[in-house]
Amino acid sequence: MSERTHLEFEKPIVELEKKISDMRDFSIGENLELSSEIASLEKKLEKLRQGIYSSLSRWQKVQISRHPRRPYSLDYIRLITSDFIELHGDRYFSDDAAMVGGFAMIEDQPVMIVGQQKGRDTKDKLFRNFGMMHPEGYRRALRLFYAADKFSLPIVIFIDTPGAYPGIGAEERGQAEAIARNIREMFTLKVPIVVVIIGEGASGGALGIGIGDVVMILEYSWYSVISPEGCAAILWRDAAKAPEAAEALKVTSSDLMDLKVVDKVIKEPATGAHNNHEIMAQKVKEEILNSIKSLKEKPLDQLLSDRLAKYRKIGDFDEK
Amino acid sequence: MEWFRKSKSRIESIEKKNIPEGLWTKCESCGEIVYSKKMEELLWVCPSCQFHFRISSHKYIGLLLDGGKLEEYDVGLASRDPLKFKDSKKYPDRIKTAQQKTGLPEGVISGLGTVEGIDISFAIMNFAFIGGSMGSVVGEKIARAIERAIELKRPLVIVSCSGGARMQEGILSLMQMAKTSALLARLAEKRIPYISILTNPTTAGVMASYASLGDVIIAEPKALLGFAGPRVIRQTIGQDLPEGFQSTEFFMEKGFVDSIVHRKDLRSTVTRLLNFMWRR
Ligand SMILES: [Zn+2]
Repeated sequence: MSERTHLEFEKPIVELEKKISDMRDFSIGENLELSSEIASLEKKLEKLRQGIYSSLSRWQKVQISRHPRRPYSLDYIRLITSDFIELHGDRYFSDDAAMVGGFAMIEDQPVMIVGQQKGRDTKDKLFRNFGMMHPEGYRRALRLFYAADKFSLPIVIFIDTPGAYPGIGAEERGQAEAIARNIREMFTLKVPIVVVIIGEGASGGALGIGIGDVVMILEYSWYSVISPEGCAAILWRDAAKAPEAAEALKVTSSDLMDLKVVDKVIKEPATGAHNNHEIMAQKVKEEILNSIKSLKEKPLDQLLSDRLAKYRKIGDFDEK
Repeated sequence: MEWFRKSKSRIESIEKKNIPEGLWTKCESCGEIVYSKKMEELLWVCPSCQFHFRISSHKYIGLLLDGGKLEEYDVGLASRDPLKFKDSKKYPDRIKTAQQKTGLPEGVISGLGTVEGIDISFAIMNFAFIGGSMGSVVGEKIARAIERAIELKRPLVIVSCSGGARMQEGILSLMQMAKTSALLARLAEKRIPYISILTNPTTAGVMASYASLGDVIIAEPKALLGFAGPRVIRQTIGQDLPEGFQSTEFFMEKGFVDSIVHRKDLRSTVTRLLNFMWRR
């Protein structure tokens, strides 16, 4: 990707990177021996990176999850699968482009793959509706889940959505019903389900395709009952208070591990998945294959009862 | 007439004071002014426009269950503060305020009762308790009500009234949608009926889970239903919403509600439905 977009807190890193590269060019051009200077700057760069990335606030992590260069579902599909055959349409109303899905091979493992999809440029963003699905998206996903069940294919799901679309058509066609039905039906699917939250996991829009036997989250992804902005608008009456809301809601991958809502955090490359799609994708592939392998060893009854038990026990309350 | 404005909160306080003589109520839908005592007789349904005012959980229990009797379960469940959540108020303080305001320990009352002699598992949500929001306790109580229906082989009736998941418990609230819907899949397997009753309002996380999953979905007239709140939709699309958008009548027309039922007919409707769905 040629576009060097970066976040505010990445700026010192980007600047130092440029300084090093300039110095390298200069040393070659002038035939000067600057390798020790360059080496010391590189050391400094590494320290700077570690310093910045080890002390990110929750809000900064949310920003990384939305990085314009963050890998999306189709990037993972391209990097880790072969023979992807996309299956379009919900058979009722339309084809929702805020998601992608179809048959694919991950090494020698055939799977049904479904993911929410964001767009890279303005035109593509609009086409993908910013990764916000309509009811027909949830119904399309369910159609693919049923097909996976019928043909005994493990299901792989990538979550990356700022929310289910809040619009007139979405309400008219039953956004709530579509999400509710998916959640219930996913507990009846007789194949392993592996969910990976690769970016944003906002609320019912994420959960509507988010029930899994194994749920994993990338280090700088988030998952929450409501987006930080949405929460801030309601509780603080000011969307600009999103950083405070992100702190209060505890939306990061490590928070979700603490709350026992996800099974595993997949570490990202040192400066985030957006700076190395390939390494990230390989890690994601390994985790998916490992999960499928162990889930396939479970008898079907146990797979389904474990899936129910996993969600049955989530919650925090006292009982007198 | 300034004091007529806040009819919702006023009604709550009226209920507590047992409706003093001579007090009048203004309909928040059509503006009609009705003698409060008359409203009590009318089950708090506006005689002029049939708008259904919000009533307490205990009133619904009186209306629906034989002898107004519910054998209450899970009364000892209490919220914790898993996120140590604080906005303008600390979450535990918010719960305390809600408990004082409603006299209820949490946003759901659940248990066993009968309707015309038919044993049912019953749960009812209360909007006055932090907007009827679903946190861990609400989710757990609904989950156990479903489990009781499965174990005791009794039809399930849930009266929903909620603005959605409870933000103060973060992701744990979202997961209650999964917990409850998962158990409804088990209930469906056992062919035990579930009647979902929607009251004003039922939206967001509750509408996108168990409230939408009834074998039969009945709703009170003119309730606000749906996934996203009207304000969020208006902001997103940048235009005003059509008249009647997201009302019970709107969702009936769009195919998401089986029947619009007047409050006075709730009990007989549930009975008639169960006569078809649950023949022993
Ligand atoms: Zn009226």
